[in-house]
Amino acid sequence: MDTAALEERFQARIDADERIEPKDWMPDGYRRALIRQMAQHAHSEIVGMLPEGNWITRAPTLKRKAILMAKVQDEGGHGAYLYGATETLGVTRAALIEELLAGSAKYSSIFNYPTPTWADIGAIGWLVDGAAIMNQIPLCRCSYGPYARAMVRICKEESFHQRQGYDIMLALARGTEAQRRMAQGALDRWWWPALMMFGPPDAESKHSAQSMRWKVKRFTNDELRERFIEFTVPQAEYLGLSIPQGTIDWNEFHEVLRGNGPCNRERLEARRRAHQNGGWVREAALAYAEKHRSGYREAVQ
Amino acid sequence: MSTRGDSGNHGAFVLRLADSNLVLAQRLGEWIGHAPALEEDLGLANTALDLLGQARLLLTYAGALEGRGRDEDALAYLREEGEYLNCALAEQPNGDFGDTLARQFLFDAWQLPLYERLASSRDPQLAAIAARGVKEARYHLRYSSGWVVRLGDGTAESHGRVQGSLERLWPYTAELFDADDIDRAMQVAGIGVDLGAVRVDWEQTVAAVLAEATLARPGDRPWHWYGKRGEHGEHLGHMLAQMQALQRAHPGARW
Repeated sequence: MDTAALEERFQARIDADERIEPKDWMPDGYRRALIRQMAQHAHSEIVGMLPEGNWITRAPTLKRKAILMAKVQDEGGHGAYLYGATETLGVTRAALIEELLAGSAKYSSIFNYPTPTWADIGAIGWLVDGAAIMNQIPLCRCSYGPYARAMVRICKEESFHQRQGYDIMLALARGTEAQRRMAQGALDRWWWPALMMFGPPDAESKHSAQSMRWKVKRFTNDELRERFIEFTVPQAEYLGLSIPQGTIDWNEFHEVLRGNGPCNRERLEARRRAHQNGGWVREAALAYAEKHRSGYREAVQ
Repeated sequence: MSTRGDSGNHGAFVLRLADSNLVLAQRLGEWIGHAPALEEDLGLANTALDLLGQARLLLTYAGALEGRGRDEDALAYLREEGEYLNCALAEQPNGDFGDTLARQFLFDAWQLPLYERLASSRDPQLAAIAARGVKEARYHLRYSSGWVVRLGDGTAESHGRVQGSLERLWPYTAELFDADDIDRAMQVAGIGVDLGAVRVDWEQTVAAVLAEATLARPGDRPWHWYGKRGEHGEHLGHMLAQMQALQRAHPGARW
């Protein structure tokens, strides 16, 4: 069959809402788009461990500490799971991580913002995980099977995280004056970046149309953004907090994307440092495995 | 006998267990997101979460024994350094991955036989917490000893590094087995355990794992630390300053 016929059959399967599996034929563009999106998603989970990890040692109660530790651990698990799903498309996790460390792969810009107060941990759970869920629930029906299945599992945990984040905000909103100020400050800091998580306006979104046709994406950026706002505004009212007034500063969005956000450099450096500092450990594990594999071979022979 | 009286001994005994878990969980928590590989981020977080869970049960119980209305958070966040009764081993800084795993191995090899015996303590509450802890400690020991073996028998660099970790950490193991008045009183009451017997198990585990790891057992040193008596070095104060910052800055606030 020629490529045009294969493509036609592929699109027909997509249109019939069939799932594409790793061994199925797929257009190169589809494969590349998925690798890009899934790797970005995996990287975001890994880099996303950093701003929240910033508060593990300082969580204000032991219960909050345990919840936060488990949450950051879940993110690591999501990363591992997503790298695994991406590997079904013929790339290796090691190569993807090299790209992240080299600065050539993208991850969600939201994690380039700092978490100066405990309330930022609440705001991340409430707003950032809330926005992530809006983006990710449609992905549970995405046309690529391994990605869709990974997202089902991830979304369950994300909605748990979102409630935990809101619960932190609730405790602060019902707390002392200083705690309420802390909560409002975090909402002010995270509101616009959270709205930017849905990506550029539809008119400027370069990947959207093809992704919609391939059913990797099912709603436009602006549709999801509007839905998020509708959900979140009453939640803020319930907390007695004010949603910032104004409009999205798309210049800020592009600058952070370009690497000029408040923590871009720190986040990448933290990942590079962990990777470099762990080099001797990974080498030792490989050397040990190699030694004992050959020992086993000799013994067997 | 101690001047604390039996109920004071009982509370201090439980607090020692609680604090060692809490302080070590706090140390492990510093790693999350910075480990040599994603699997190790997850593994260290697992151990940290288990230890923190045990610490919470033990602190709550210690507060009940004390009878002054202090809950887990009052005990964790509002005690000063000298009131912390964790073993000094637990508070040692993370250092590199080898230091952390050597510390964890020496600790796990002690905690497992300790919990196995505490599981039949005459104190039913403590026995229940220890019985749950046994399963977790067994898993922690498998993880930490696996890494000590891989690092010891890995490359020349990893061998040298982890041997150095053992040498540095060794002096902090003495107090784990050095029974004082509280340990003895609790053993006599059937609440505590025979630390001599725990030592026998620990020595066996350590000898077996170090042999497999091609590592040498460090020599004993004359200077011993007694974190369990509230005698700490310089590290714990910094850890608590960080851990307790919000509670100290906002007295009485609820989180």
